[in-house]
Amino acid sequence: MQVKSNNYTGVKKWVDERLPVFSFVEDNLTNYPTPKNLSYFWNFGSLAGITLVIMIVTGILLAMQYTANSDLAFDSVERIMRDVNNGWLLRYLHMNGAHMFFIVVYIHIFRGLYYGSYKSPREILWMLGVTILLLMMATAFMGYVLPWGQMSFWGATVITNLFSAFPIIGESIVTFLWGGFSVDNPTLSRFFVLHYLLPFAIVGVVVLHIVALHMHGSNNPLGIDVKSDGDTIPFHPYYTVKDYYGLGVFLIFYLGLVFFAPNFLGHPDNYIPADPLVTPAHIVPEWYFLPFYAILRAVPDKLMGVLLMFSAVAVLFILPWLDTHKVRSSQFRPYYKQFFWLFFVNCFVLGWVGAMPAEGIYVTISRIATAYYFIFFLVIMPLLSKFEKGRVLPSSIASSVLSDKFESAPDQSFAK
Amino acid sequence: MAKKIIENKYQESTETKIDTEKRDFLFLTTGGLAIAGGALTAWSLINTMNPAKDVLALSSTEVDLTPIDEGQSLTVMWRGKPVFIKHRTQIEIQEAREVDIDSLKHKDLDESRVKNPSWLVVLGVCTHLGCVPLGQKVGDAKGDFGGWFCPCHGSHYDTSGRIRKGPAPLNLEVPPYEFVSEEIIKIG
Ligand code: HEM
Ligand code: FES
Repeated sequence: MQVKSNNYTGVKKWVDERLPVFSFVEDNLTNYPTPKNLSYFWNFGSLAGITLVIMIVTGILLAMQYTANSDLAFDSVERIMRDVNNGWLLRYLHMNGAHMFFIVVYIHIFRGLYYGSYKSPREILWMLGVTILLLMMATAFMGYVLPWGQMSFWGATVITNLFSAFPIIGESIVTFLWGGFSVDNPTLSRFFVLHYLLPFAIVGVVVLHIVALHMHGSNNPLGIDVKSDGDTIPFHPYYTVKDYYGLGVFLIFYLGLVFFAPNFLGHPDNYIPADPLVTPAHIVPEWYFLPFYAILRAVPDKLMGVLLMFSAVAVLFILPWLDTHKVRSSQFRPYYKQFFWLFFVNCFVLGWVGAMPAEGIYVTISRIATAYYFIFFLVIMPLLSKFEKGRVLPSSIASSVLSDKFESAPDQSFAK
Repeated sequence: MAKKIIENKYQESTETKIDTEKRDFLFLTTGGLAIAGGALTAWSLINTMNPAKDVLALSSTEVDLTPIDEGQSLTVMWRGKPVFIKHRTQIEIQEAREVDIDSLKHKDLDESRVKNPSWLVVLGVCTHLGCVPLGQKVGDAKGDFGGWFCPCHGSHYDTSGRIRKGPAPLNLEVPPYEFVSEEIIKIG
């Protein structure tokens, strides 16, 4: 490795030669060259990172007050709400933080889908992202069980029972997951331990995600490679300021929920203590699981439904090999762009039918939407890769950016 | 080629037009607000670790003194700590009051440590490093001064709970309490 310490003097030089803290920050944060044309869709990565930190901080403080025991858990959460100083704030920050986390990450993923960020050379970066999504889902699912309300209990029962769909070993897997013959105290304690552990696993994968990102740098709305220094600007101050601004807007939404509608995205039944003898009339998962839940229920066969639901996430892993079109950004792929937007709307349709009772017309809709979900990935993407003719790409980021700004306006106008 | 010239112009024009005063103002106000907001947020989060309302609500305990005969002691819990209630004999009271106050490490009159000379109420927490001194049970070591003896590092307390020998710096603390009636006290 090349020693870069010559740039520094004195103590800084001495330290940096031994532990490259200063050059690391310079290379990866301050001077890090970033495409100059990134839009606000590139804010969501840093927002996801910040949300993860918020979740860990509020989570650790909650864990200091929470009791992971099926007789005490519900009351301990109520005690957090009523007796602990600012406990209501702590819990609402954590609860709504989970919702915001999924909003941010889903936008981040759709961004990647639209601009082809999963394509070479960013395949591993993308797969690490999908891994983070899976870990987040597991973490959020187990977190939702902790308050031990009716939805916690029955959500846990239904989701763990998914594994009973597997032939022969299904039942023993479920018993193993429960640590007993129903969701009970042993289940709660292990879920608490895993809910505490997994976020730190997420932190680890996020680090890998960023290492992979910094190998080739960010993709950009044009989807073309950076070709010269003229295509980039240093991360600091340009994108630190932009990320900071994005954080402000994010906090308005997030804290708006926390302070004015803390239970808006939640389910009131979870304020009823868990009762193993009574199932709520209408049980639904949290909104962020609804599209997958809809896919599960669209299939009349138990095992097939479960497999299809897992495939809905798994298919994302092989995305870079399904869409092999050379052009990344949808801006230059007129056909892909339309199928993408249809896919986008389709996800909301899935989410909506997932929240509806599984009967009548809803079943039909969920089947059509499920079919499109998979056809988009498995049929449309490979076909378009072969037959779609992309538009002409701009020669460089700089030329495109400057032609937008200057060809339409007289030169002097910029100098004010 | 034409593009190249425009790009240079762009760089020149921004460099010459930087309004440093405005930049400093924005930087300082944004930074100041971020620090203030961060500090307030940090405090509201850290404050969750302070005693909660239910913990503070446990702050008083009533004790019926009738079952404690002269010469006997009772230990009760108050705020998670032991409180020693000692029904003192005449001799013990006398011992406590005859001490030369100047010879004490932590000078305090027995009269100011009790509300009723027969009843001594002190926290059973050694003022050295927090162990619970011996002397409550019959047969316990009571130390050289007939009160309590802390086994941890050898502090001796007298019949008024005052430190007489050993590393502890202060007398056993007298908690806030009052006689609700002749025979009942309320601690806290
Ligand atoms: C990836 C980050 C995380 C996510 C997505 C997440 C998600 C959740 C969710 C959805 C709940 C249920 C909220 C409710 O309905 O009350 C919850 C509860 C909880 N979480 Fe997390 N969490 C995360 C990180 C953590 C961490 C790192 C800890 C501890 C160190 C933690 C500790 C807790 C505790 C103690 C509860 C129960 C109290 C409550 O229900 O409010 N969480 N979490
Ligand atoms: S704690 Fe009692 S003597 Fe040290």
